[in-house]
Amino acid sequence: MSALLEVAGLQVRFGEVAAVRGASLTVNRGETHCLVGESGCGKSVTALAVMGLLARGAKREAERIVFAGQDLRGLSDRAMSRLRGDRMAMIFQEPMTSLNPSYTIGSQMTEVLRRHRPGTTRARAVDRAVELLGRVGITAPGMRLGQYPHQLSGGLRQRVMIAMALMCEPELLIADEPTTALDVTVQAQILRLLAELQRDLGLAILLITHDLGIVARVAHRVSVMYAGEVVESAPTAALFAAPCHPYTRGLLSCVPVPGKVRRDQPLGSIPGVVPRIPPGFAGCAFRDRCAHARAECASNVPRRAVGPGHEFLCTLAPDWACAEPVPA
Amino acid sequence: MNVAAAPAAHPAIEVRDLRRVFRVRQGLFAPPREVVAVDGVSFRVPAGSVLGVVGESGCGKSTLARLILGLLPPTAGEVLVDGRRLAEMDRRARARLIQPVFQDPFASLNPRRRVRDIVAMPLVAQGDIPREEIGRRVAEMLDRVGLSREQGDRFPAQLSGGQRQRVAIARALVLRPRVVVCDEPTSALDVSVQAQILNLLAELRRDLGLTYLFISHNLAVVEHVATEVAVMYLGRIVERAEAEALFAAPRHPYTRALLASVLTPEPGLGVPDVGLGDVMPDPANIPPGCRFHPRCPLAFARCPVEAPIPIATATGIVECHLEDRAAAAQPAAA
Ligand SMILES: Nc1ncnc2c1ncn2[C@@H]1O[C@H](COP(=O)(O)OP(=O)(O)OP(=O)(O)O)[C@@H](O)[C@H]1O
Ligand SMILES: Nc1ncnc2c1ncn2[C@@H]1O[C@H](COP(=O)(O)OP(=O)(O)O)[C@@H](O)[C@H]1O
Ligand code: SF4
Ligand code: SF4
Ligand SMILES: [Mg+2]
Ligand SMILES: [Mg+2]
Repeated sequence: MSALLEVAGLQVRFGEVAAVRGASLTVNRGETHCLVGESGCGKSVTALAVMGLLARGAKREAERIVFAGQDLRGLSDRAMSRLRGDRMAMIFQEPMTSLNPSYTIGSQMTEVLRRHRPGTTRARAVDRAVELLGRVGITAPGMRLGQYPHQLSGGLRQRVMIAMALMCEPELLIADEPTTALDVTVQAQILRLLAELQRDLGLAILLITHDLGIVARVAHRVSVMYAGEVVESAPTAALFAAPCHPYTRGLLSCVPVPGKVRRDQPLGSIPGVVPRIPPGFAGCAFRDRCAHARAECASNVPRRAVGPGHEFLCTLAPDWACAEPVPA
Repeated sequence: MNVAAAPAAHPAIEVRDLRRVFRVRQGLFAPPREVVAVDGVSFRVPAGSVLGVVGESGCGKSTLARLILGLLPPTAGEVLVDGRRLAEMDRRARARLIQPVFQDPFASLNPRRRVRDIVAMPLVAQGDIPREEIGRRVAEMLDRVGLSREQGDRFPAQLSGGQRQRVAIARALVLRPRVVVCDEPTSALDVSVQAQILNLLAELRRDLGLTYLFISHNLAVVEHVATEVAVMYLGRIVERAEAEALFAAPRHPYTRALLASVLTPEPGLGVPDVGLGDVMPDPANIPPGCRFHPRCPLAFARCPVEAPIPIATATGIVECHLEDRAAAAQPAAA
């Protein structure tokens, strides 16, 4: 399995908010890597930092941001925009962020291809759009080409956005909460579609979500993010079988799972909320919510290896979790 | 059904053949379209139980909630709360019986008032409660939902989403109503906060003997909180059953599809094929016969021409022609 995207030591600041604080992650070809955490943990900012799409005023630093062997840190805006939509594409929670309300689906889809592949004929671009709309499960794609985004349901718009992201056969797809706004039935359809496309096209996918159900079902590898840091990273099976970080364990215990927690029993919960971290903050950012917090958690917190490809960021010894019951 | 609770004379909520049609104008000359949001819904919710209502976006869940709260008049049918006709009660009497908790606590809380005053509002509106008593009951309620004295002096914008939802819950409960209608009360919250709020709602129901109508698109949440579940599709309840029965053995093809699409955090299972196709339901254009037939994987000749009627099951109803067939195939029973 070869690495397509490698990010190391990523930091992003917005004035007095340290949104991402030294995050590292690797996305391999043909793999889905899920970035999971509650809102405000820095997932979207991480994705936007990789794509070079951060808001003005954001300050990005990193030890490495390497895509297909190429260092993205030094790239000019023009070179980045040539990559975006071509070799790496992004889809968002709200499809209207990438769809323009005043152009038809067809003209937007063909425009992407013709911008990145000058010389493509219109007819060829239309063929490709029709093929991809069909591929994402849209019936009567020819008719859809002439429609405007507002004439489609949320689920259809999300599929159009995926089709559009695939126009130039990207190697990396970053999907930021692509199904959060959709019904569970449509969500299942879209996630199946992404898995199928990955199998057929060998796509690498960085999927951002706050839903551990989605993570369990689609991810090969998981990174759990908290307050701008990756606090645990593991192959999916290992993460669910032996979660180590107290935050990961807390998150898992909060999710109602049919048959696991009795109706009259309370769900597990984490007290408090995700904090906003100022630059220069030291120690574990989870310590005001953690039942295991001790004095040493306020200073340097080590990253510990627990198994093949499985690490967590905590002062607890790697085997602490084994002594505790797995969260209910 | 919660028979352990004191056997009340009336169901906490009863709706009879409830219907609500919206007329939506589509420009100056086009004739207005009729959107049938709730289309002949009947059920009873026994006191002390929790009726979960599930279904896809636009199927009429919030409209049903607003009809039951008396925030919207029905086009036809009636709502009884604690045995009394909603339409015949004045606002103050209604407020003492039934209260809402909505999804977005920010939109439903007045941003210019302090938490303490927001929670006091329903008591003040009653018009006959002495000030000292209001102060005492508000303090008690804030404490009950886990808000500090100091938080009571803040404005909604100074609170987190979870704390705002606690304020909304305190406001809903301060009059000690019998029934609380929760419309997606945790959908805007993070999972850790969702768990805090669900635990609080469960505790309050137990301690105060409340009845909930609990709307959510999250089936795992509904399974955790509900004692009975109603599944809505394009304005109708197509299946209703005790929660355990419904989740263990869903009968309506739509219920089965909904349950199949729940992604539990169990690795290795992949994403299921829900098998519904990509025709989305449109309440302005309800299909003839069984309204689910364009998406139903089991539809047969009778489905597009004849609407199924509710058929009684052990713990509720199901509305599907397949049940007829199943019944016909069985020897007649008592
Ligand atoms: N005031 C209104 N005027 C016109 N149409 C309305 C009005 N309120 C609701 N509707 C329509 O009635 C239908 C049912 O809406 P409702 O809000 O009850 O759905 P819901 O099940 O709560 O959906 P969601 O899960 O998205 O909250 C929709 O088609 C909606 O557009
Ligand atoms: N454009 C911006 N300006 C200032 N702060 C921002 C901006 N975008 C994000 N942030 C802050 O960065 C943090 C991480 O945000 P985000 O990555 O969007 O979280 P999520 O994990 O929910 O995707 C939050 O504290 C957020 O408020
Ligand atoms: S470092 Fe300390 S406070 Fe942080 S998660 Fe580990 S035990 Fe808890
Ligand atoms: S009546 Fe027919 S179309 Fe409707 S749910 Fe039953 S089998 Fe499906
Ligand atoms: Mg985000
Ligand atoms: Mg609603």
